[in-house]
Amino acid sequence: MAKRVRRGKLEPLEKCPTGISGLDEITEGGLPRGRPTLVCGSAGSGKTLLGMEFLIRGITSFNEPGVFMAFEESAQELAENVASLGFDVPGLIARKKLLIDHVRIERSEIEETGEYDLEGLFVRLGAAVDEVGAKRVVLDTVEALFGGLPNEAILRAELRRLFRWLKTRGLTAVITGETGERTLTRYGIEEYISDCVIFLDHRVNNQIATRRLRVVKYRGSKHGTNEYPTLIDEDGLSVLPITSLGLSYPVSRDRVSTGVPRLDAMLGGKGYYRGSTVLLSGSAGTGKSSLAATFADSICRSGKRIIYLSFEESADQIIRNMQSIGVNLKQWREKGNLVFNTVRPTLQGLEMHLAMIRKMVKAFKPHAIVMDPISNLISVSDRIDTKAMLMRLIDFLKNQGITAVFTSLTTGGLELEQTEEGVSSLMDTWLLVKMVERNGERNRLLYVLKSRGMSHSNQVREFRLTDDGIVLTDVYLGGGEVLTGSARMLQEMQDRVQTEVAAADAARRKRELDIEKADLRADLDALKARLANIEAEQNLAQRGETTRIETLGQRRRSLSRSRQAD
Amino acid sequence: MTPAKRQTHQAKPPKWDLRLYVAGQTARSVTAFANLKRICEEHLPGQYRIQVIDLLKQPQLARGDQILALPTLVRKLPEPVRKIIGDLSNVEKVLVGLDLRARDAANEEKAG
Repeated sequence: MAKRVRRGKLEPLEKCPTGISGLDEITEGGLPRGRPTLVCGSAGSGKTLLGMEFLIRGITSFNEPGVFMAFEESAQELAENVASLGFDVPGLIARKKLLIDHVRIERSEIEETGEYDLEGLFVRLGAAVDEVGAKRVVLDTVEALFGGLPNEAILRAELRRLFRWLKTRGLTAVITGETGERTLTRYGIEEYISDCVIFLDHRVNNQIATRRLRVVKYRGSKHGTNEYPTLIDEDGLSVLPITSLGLSYPVSRDRVSTGVPRLDAMLGGKGYYRGSTVLLSGSAGTGKSSLAATFADSICRSGKRIIYLSFEESADQIIRNMQSIGVNLKQWREKGNLVFNTVRPTLQGLEMHLAMIRKMVKAFKPHAIVMDPISNLISVSDRIDTKAMLMRLIDFLKNQGITAVFTSLTTGGLELEQTEEGVSSLMDTWLLVKMVERNGERNRLLYVLKSRGMSHSNQVREFRLTDDGIVLTDVYLGGGEVLTGSARMLQEMQDRVQTEVAAADAARRKRELDIEKADLRADLDALKARLANIEAEQNLAQRGETTRIETLGQRRRSLSRSRQAD
Repeated sequence: MTPAKRQTHQAKPPKWDLRLYVAGQTARSVTAFANLKRICEEHLPGQYRIQVIDLLKQPQLARGDQILALPTLVRKLPEPVRKIIGDLSNVEKVLVGLDLRARDAANEEKAG
């Protein structure tokens, strides 16, 4: 730093990419170029591997040869140890890109007889660096010298000189050190290496080992300060940043069927979005796995591929159980559309699970994935870790456009609309399956709790597992209550009977009225007839009267005439 | 001192084959060589050979012979191979290192 200031201009620190997946992201570009970096950790924390991978990736990815000075293991042992990780150390050595120098010190063989220095080490290192044209150097574990050489004062002075020498040679160096009781390294060599310190941790929680990496300090550079889960698998070391750097995955408008037509209808008529995350939660025995299996079946039916990760049941057990509801998963496994991966969650740490899933996804290139159930992962770690792991998994799957269906068991005592992992906010679609107990039976209800970016049904459906698969039925919503199962059927039957009875009633009433109408009409006719009779009689009478009056008049007139009255 | 100079006193191969590793002609390496020669003359007259190896000229030998500290004296013969580091100014320790004196005796002397 001081040197750079003296020169009058401040150049940004040049970085030396490690090529180790994730580590360059955390350190924003790699280790400080031309400076030593201390990598410390307890035994078995992966210090040597980090160093070796730093060199090998330097050669294969950045064409920077390297020297590995081993104070603990022989070149042969080192090569064998990393051969399982796919690193061809002998090949790199043969091509003069890598040089391993095993510094062997046997205290019993050494007699100290006066003044000395470690110029031999400098000569050795210098010769090795020149031999391959090294840009990178690893000293693993230089502290072993403390055990081999009796004079600590000389050793400290020489180590200080060594780190200075590395700097003047412009070598990017990784120096490993074993963690001390109160200090970062057993002999406190962090005192001499102040540019960058990386701490590797290998801790055991609930009998499950987890590796972590933390950049303790990085002079002159920004860096991630968290503890990052780290894993060692057949591709070497990977550091997994907790979250992706941004939310910038591509999204799709395509839909995939849930495998249940009625459920598709509830989700805007088409099903899940491709590449979305779906959570199926519910208490025990609610049919979450069946829903997931039906989805898997539907994916395979459309000629696509799916990975079924089961943390509870074996593949054969799932196949057998799903056959009982008419879902034949066996055929898809045989055709290669479906791959099961059944492991106990406690088999390995969350990071290993994540790595395994990533590896499977990369190899199998599925269109969808089922994880059944994610709630079991809690048994491996705590809630925060599980959430972080799932977040990383979801980020990964979303970036690949893979539709993911997770099931989650809601244990007793928890709110239904809550998951133990606290992951619901990460999910795009959340279906809830619920048990209702009534009239001595348990029935399942399904509803869509949320579904981002689509109009979805607000209706509760009865969810039934039949011999022909999953059936969703409208629940009975009469009298202000929800009825399911036989109660619903009973109610429906009662309704039907009532309807029939009412219809019969109405018909009878109609008939009665018809009769009454007919009766009245008949009465009316009779009255009309009587009226006519009366009228006729009246007319007759009228006519008789007139005749009588006329007759009387004629008579009177004839009488008067005869009496000659006027 | 001439580096890599051979000091043979007899025609037949010497019983004691010693190598002194140094890096250039530093004061320390000169001292070491002088000390070594004196000890050999005193304790192994006529049965030794000293080979001085300058690592500045042959740096690869440092790796091959597992040299770390300088100066280092390596007893190649008689076997087993022994390593003695430092400028050889502590004669007692050199003698112990070369198995010319028993370890206990050295300790007793030291204690006395």
